Amino acid sequence: MNNNEDLATMTEVRLETTASRLRELVSHLRQQRAQLREEWARLITENKLLTAMTKDEIFAEATSVYDNYVEALETGTYEALQAYARNLSERIIPRGVETHEVVGIVLLLRDVLARSLFAKYREDFNKMDRILDAYEPAANRIAATVAVGFVQERERIIREQQEAIRELSTPVLQVRERLLILPIIGVIDPQRARQLTEQLLRGIRTNRAKVVVLDITGVPYIDSPVANHLVQTVEAARLLGATVIVTGLSPEIAQTLVNIGVDLGKMNTVGDLQGGIEEAERLLGYKVVPTQEPAAHPA
Amino acid sequence: MRFALIADEVRVSIDCDADIVSARQKGRALASQSGFPSTDLAVIATAISELARNIVRYAVRGEVVVRLVDNNGKRGIEVVAADAGPGIPDIGLAMQDGYSTSGGLGLGLPGTRRLMDEFEITSDFGKGTTVTVRRWKR
Amino acid sequence: MQVPILKQGAYLIATVQSALTDEDLKQLRDALVGQVSKVRARGVIVDVTALDVIDSYATRTLRDVAHMIRLRGAETVIVGIQPEVAFSMVKLGLTLEGVATSLDLEEGLSYLNRKGNGSDHEVRTHR
Repeated sequence: MNNNEDLATMTEVRLETTASRLRELVSHLRQQRAQLREEWARLITENKLLTAMTKDEIFAEATSVYDNYVEALETGTYEALQAYARNLSERIIPRGVETHEVVGIVLLLRDVLARSLFAKYREDFNKMDRILDAYEPAANRIAATVAVGFVQERERIIREQQEAIRELSTPVLQVRERLLILPIIGVIDPQRARQLTEQLLRGIRTNRAKVVVLDITGVPYIDSPVANHLVQTVEAARLLGATVIVTGLSPEIAQTLVNIGVDLGKMNTVGDLQGGIEEAERLLGYKVVPTQEPAAHPA
Repeated sequence: MRFALIADEVRVSIDCDADIVSARQKGRALASQSGFPSTDLAVIATAISELARNIVRYAVRGEVVVRLVDNNGKRGIEVVAADAGPGIPDIGLAMQDGYSTSGGLGLGLPGTRRLMDEFEITSDFGKGTTVTVRRWKR
Repeated sequence: MQVPILKQGAYLIATVQSALTDEDLKQLRDALVGQVSKVRARGVIVDVTALDVIDSYATRTLRDVAHMIRLRGAETVIVGIQPEVAFSMVKLGLTLEGVATSLDLEEGLSYLNRKGNGSDHEVRTHR
């Protein structure tokens, strides 16, 4: 029983002292702000990092990072730092700043601050030991937070670009008033399925379409979840007052739909795209009338 | 450059009809702040509406908490609807798709599950029910 | 929250302005049913463009409205369902089956006009 109490007290004392050491550390870093920040900015340039940015820009960002760094040390919370890291990344990624540069500058800062601590507590090894005990884990966490923030932002941008590419690969064509055609080619993964739905529904709204021909001739197969999604898309289109005609249904895909419980009789399907367009025109009340005999082609 | 911490959680106590609307609007605002696209906003708001309504209808009183969550960089939104109501005697039954095209009766739980990526429910008969749902940013 | 209901010829047009509580929905339903009888409307348009959520209760109420109004000899069209809302409804399993839906007010009126011509014919042949 006594041992446990001692252990608890010891841990409490240790936590308390870590907190007070961090406070001491933070006040030192705030005092030395001007010099340390300058030294860091100098090292950044010396190490040929952030070459895409001007000296002034580097200095401005250095100031923000420094302040956020110290604040994270002080509060022990990293949300503000995370938010800043993402915001910073958003700005510098388009400038061509690379991951190794961001990791590099944060590690440089960590070293600059560490060395300043060495200098200050040079006379008292025990004190320095304890201060570093408090500093190191926090500093490492900060470095990780900033690096990860940067990488996440990069990944987000890449995803956005992929989305844009996917959108380009599924054009929404308006061929007649109130008639849209969505030709789909290739495999539909869940993400593409979702995007398809968005484009289809948005297209109905923008073009005030009453009929949409969804051509899946170029789709080799779909799995059950995507098939389900397709059915939901057709239902959602009806809520917007539009009819969806699905064309180019392969026997395999038809089977998949039947397997998930779709009554193909209730779904508006036509064999091929041409037939689908004709059906759509019929629904819209169009009649295609030739204006004259087709001209004979020269030999 | 300092960044004010944006709120990452919103709590709405559910007592009456109007709270259902309040909960879903606040939840939607939070999700919007976090950058969810508009399709997700509608889905999340609808799920909140269903869960909040259950509280009003069956438990009289409860709370809906909507919070931003982070799973190793994957960002998402979590909705916890908790009440101290009578509880659900047979969760298995409640989770069956009794949804006819008539819009359904009952708790709407299977539908809510379809809306979200993750769905957890605990219910103690006589003590209350807690439903937790999450949706992640794509 | 009162939903304004306007009369346009033989039709009633109810335009939802903002989020509706369950109570508001009930009142809207009762108001529409009452008005249809009172003014002998042939059609009703409910414009839900402003609704950012249509959940199970709202869907049920809209179906009830359509059903009750049909019993009084009139047709209902729901217009203006937003794409995201439509998607959520469908995911939730709500399809508003049996209720006519159109893209917007213009389409809704067009639908009622077409429907109206049809049913006029039916009435005539019954006589």
